[in-house]
Amino acid sequence: MNTRHALLAAALAVGTLAGAATVQAAEGTPNPPRQSWTFAGVFGTFDRAQLQRGFKVYREVCQACHQLKIPFRTLAQNGGPQFSVAQVTALAAEYKVQDGPNDAGEMFERPGRPADFIPPPFPNENAAAAANGGKAPPPLQVIAKARGFERGFPWFIVDVIPFLQYQEHGPDYIHALLTGYEEPPAGFTVPPGGHYNKYFPGHVIAMPNPLSDGQVEYPKGPDGRSPVPETVEQYSKDLAAFLMWTAEPALEQRKRMGFMVIIFLAVFSYLMYYVKKKVWAQVGGEAEGAPGTAPLGPTG
Amino acid sequence: MSQHATTYVPKSRFAKWFESRLPLAGLVHSSFIAFPVPRNLTYFWTFGAILIFMLAAQIVTGVWLAMHYVPHANLAFDSVEAIMRDVNYGWLLRYLHANGASMFFIAVYIHIFRNLYYGSYKAPREVLYLLGIIIFILMMATAFMGYVLPWGQMSFWGATVITNLFSAVPVVGDTIVSLLWGGYSVGNPTLNRFFALHYLLPFMIAGVVVLHIWALHVVGQNNPAGIPIKSGKDAVPFTPYATVKDLFATVVFMMFFAWWVFFLPNYLGHADNYIPANPAVTPAHIVPEWYFLPFYAILRAIPDKLGGVIAMFGAIVVLALVPWLDTSRVRSANYRPLYRQFFWVFVIVCVLLGWLGAKPPEGGYVIAARICTAWYFIHFLVVLPLLGLFETPKPLPSSIAETVLGKKGGAGMPVGAAAEPSTRG
Repeated sequence: MNTRHALLAAALAVGTLAGAATVQAAEGTPNPPRQSWTFAGVFGTFDRAQLQRGFKVYREVCQACHQLKIPFRTLAQNGGPQFSVAQVTALAAEYKVQDGPNDAGEMFERPGRPADFIPPPFPNENAAAAANGGKAPPPLQVIAKARGFERGFPWFIVDVIPFLQYQEHGPDYIHALLTGYEEPPAGFTVPPGGHYNKYFPGHVIAMPNPLSDGQVEYPKGPDGRSPVPETVEQYSKDLAAFLMWTAEPALEQRKRMGFMVIIFLAVFSYLMYYVKKKVWAQVGGEAEGAPGTAPLGPTG
Repeated sequence: MSQHATTYVPKSRFAKWFESRLPLAGLVHSSFIAFPVPRNLTYFWTFGAILIFMLAAQIVTGVWLAMHYVPHANLAFDSVEAIMRDVNYGWLLRYLHANGASMFFIAVYIHIFRNLYYGSYKAPREVLYLLGIIIFILMMATAFMGYVLPWGQMSFWGATVITNLFSAVPVVGDTIVSLLWGGYSVGNPTLNRFFALHYLLPFMIAGVVVLHIWALHVVGQNNPAGIPIKSGKDAVPFTPYATVKDLFATVVFMMFFAWWVFFLPNYLGHADNYIPANPAVTPAHIVPEWYFLPFYAILRAIPDKLGGVIAMFGAIVVLALVPWLDTSRVRSANYRPLYRQFFWVFVIVCVLLGWLGAKPPEGGYVIAARICTAWYFIHFLVVLPLLGLFETPKPLPSSIAETVLGKKGGAGMPVGAAAEPSTRG
């Protein structure tokens, strides 16, 4: 009876809390297709080369309008794209950063340093909005955690079960959005300034299709060709992976530590179980009819 | 604790000197070592210890987070991001704290449902139970204000919706709302005072927990049989028996906790809370944290604002009245065939309310929420009082020891004052 109740209660508890994972998806918007990511799962890690390619896509395409509020130095950090310190220093120096006030009380510009944040494309939010049809493009550093979609019952329960777990809603959404530009279906009128996107809630998105095949040149392999195709599909995946890293820079450390913590607790609880069993054997155990032979402890 | 004469005997000279001035060691001894525990407790009784662990974990991680967090409308969101990126193990502290709130509520809901199933609220445990309800209310206030602190979209709009509820109060409603806001809308003063209160309330919870444990140690623990300790055979000393069992259960619970923290850290949160608060943009659906969803569903089920607010707060008030609404003389649902069925129906209704709270308030969802809300109140106000009058309980076992050991008997502890005070049933 009690075991059954326990199981039932556990199932219900999981059911209730999983219901919290609700993310807006307007009616009639298909859910983004699930992609395979190197950073998914218990042992997930980022693919350095993919993050480096993703950064290149951000720099050459997204950066025209979207801010990425992270310091240059983090691009060299462990668990990220891991550019070399020399590469990051050179990269930062390519940007002009406003500093000041100096001794004369004036603001001045200087080349960027690794400790600087990547400068925003617009001086402030109003300027960004004015240049983009009245609405500032969102900053991208946590966008992979700020977007998602609802999978509905029973998936919200399945998605928390070990080894079936699914946390990559954000990157899947980014990938789907960037590959989701298409002609509107017959009878669908796209308002001026809007663009049709299959996966955007409500289908009308202000951002025009930013990517096209061959737009970003990827680093060449030894045979003189890029090891991955230079297509919208690949750009979207690389960018989504990169943005997952910017949103969750400690992801690798977290998963590595989590695995060790759970192994430790599993061993600990296994030992605790037998300690408890031995202690309770002194008073005849907890189970019905268990024989009690050992003498009582000092407190009994 | 005065109930049980302590068996603690100080050994060293210092211990004797100290004990005669402040009998602290004797208090701890009688409360956590020699305290008689019914021997038939199941793992559902380990959630008290798990809750103490969660409260401690929340306070420790919270104090550390507060060292890095900045309670200012323009800086809060970025300070949380700085914790995630630049503070050593800041991501761990924050995920422990954010998911810890959910774990705290999972544990407290299991604790409350266990209480309802086994009739633990009945005499002589009414005060113990009411203190528990006070802790639950304080927990909800703390969790709500904590969710506002990251100052994301759900923080801001959740705060707006919930604080606005008080405007439904006749006459003084608007004054209360301005007082909560510190102005005429949710803004920096709101964030600041919520931070101050979020830091204060956990210590108030800790204070009430002390009273809760004190009351527990006066009346003793209920147990699955729902009958009092009658002889030493029915009980075992708290240490080592309950201690070791509680520790084992806590470690297992920590494993469950770790799974969320390390592998699904954002699953229980809302994606919109990673968008900085923006008073000019309302999210498509404003949804509270999962543990408030049943109450949120009750709030929205009533078409009238004041009515909804009354129903929502009434849902908690009615919980506090349970000791006087339940007329049955038998505690445990194991011996109440009808109540047991109604109990599970009630659990399902609560889960359904939680699911409905996450759904948009339209069409069939509203109708379902109204039916479930009605049943929530019917369960307490009609079913509980009537069941006690019409139900024929199963025969109760003659002793706790009999339910565990059969008629064979086994070792127990010498219990004189261990038996609970017999005021009634």
